[in-house]
Amino acid sequence: MIDKGVESAAAAVADIGDGASVMIGGFGTAGMPDQLIDALILRGVGNLTIINNNAGNGEAGVAALIKAGRVRKIICSFPRQADSHHFDAAYREGRIELELVPQGNLAARIHAAGAGLGAIFTPTGFGTLLAEGKETREIDGRQHVLEYPIHADFALVKADKGDRWGNLVYRKAARNFGPIMAMAARTTIAQVSEIVPLGALDPEAVVTPGIFVQRVVRLDSITLAATT
Amino acid sequence: MNLFTRDQIAERVARDIPDGAYVNLGIGLPTRVANYLPADREVFLQSENGLLGMGPAPARGEEDWDLINAGKQAVTLLEGGCYFHHADSFAMMRGGHLDICVLGAFQVSVRGDLANWHTGDPDAIPAVGGAMDLAIGARRTFVMMDLFTRDGACKLVRTCSYPLTGLACVSRIYTDHGVFDITPQGAVAFDLCEGLTIDHLGAITGLDIVDGQPFHS
Repeated sequence: MIDKGVESAAAAVADIGDGASVMIGGFGTAGMPDQLIDALILRGVGNLTIINNNAGNGEAGVAALIKAGRVRKIICSFPRQADSHHFDAAYREGRIELELVPQGNLAARIHAAGAGLGAIFTPTGFGTLLAEGKETREIDGRQHVLEYPIHADFALVKADKGDRWGNLVYRKAARNFGPIMAMAARTTIAQVSEIVPLGALDPEAVVTPGIFVQRVVRLDSITLAATT
Repeated sequence: MNLFTRDQIAERVARDIPDGAYVNLGIGLPTRVANYLPADREVFLQSENGLLGMGPAPARGEEDWDLINAGKQAVTLLEGGCYFHHADSFAMMRGGHLDICVLGAFQVSVRGDLANWHTGDPDAIPAVGGAMDLAIGARRTFVMMDLFTRDGACKLVRTCSYPLTGLACVSRIYTDHGVFDITPQGAVAFDLCEGLTIDHLGAITGLDIVDGQPFHS
């Protein structure tokens, strides 16, 4: 019997090692898998490359990981926010490397990794600082920038419900990067608020097919507000 | 001269958003446009974090922090609205499905180049978010801004000095002085605030402003 269910957050992240690249779902606090991140902090590994839209909000989630000094590099679109003080401090002290990516290019590069594409040509960013030094090409009269996929060793995502085959449905705008990160990582770990029996998820409404998910762990969580 | 207030600018933008349009309102000032969309028009508001059919803020105490807008404020979803992931959200922009986006700006050039993400200050922590995708992706990119900075520098310029967000992407600029269309003939001004003339506008901006008033009366 295939059962991707895992007993605890600690067991779910037990093989994430030093220097791993880890995609973390979430847009601000919505969809941020805080409990999996807490377990990762407890594991004590560092030197991580984190891929997330932001660079931490407040004290929990990615912010806590940065505060604990575990992040060597972050790839994100919008680090600077009212409550990104832990990133701001680490960045100003030169303790963290930042790769800034336009949000749509971030999504497209993650999706490209999951879809097995070698690269993409995107019109976003052409002629800007964020395309400096990159190959460009005119296609159908429009200028494009060559961007490479973003792969990761692990993805930590938060969904609403999952089953033992790893099928997932999300909750409202907490979906955001979850489905494409699940595709792009070698090992995807989903924290869900409920594990339901096979057949309980409407097959027409499954958002992430179980093939993209390796572990499912049930954890209670509520989403807190970001400071705006 | 009687400059338009920010609410008047928002109301002016809202007038140009037709029934049935798919629209993204950027964070900050542009979100105010939502307050002035006429009740007799159905306009689909898109939020980059995966909402179409975004509704107003919920009542205090009714916030659901899994249901937020791009500015991470609590919002609601209208009946008929839907959720989607980030690759779909940005496909809506880049793929030319979004009719209009409304953005703020540090500077816009008379060729329609937009600078709105980074001052270039070496001490600033850069953040770009979805601005570059919106600017070049939407069919029409509107900018909403004061024409001058607090220090008196004109934000409509020949060439942007701040780092660019997108090239030749802005089609119309709504300001406290009036509205500008970016055209091959240059910036065409109309709907000027009370007491302002095209000649005076040319003098204070230092630009060759084309008089568009005869076509917009």
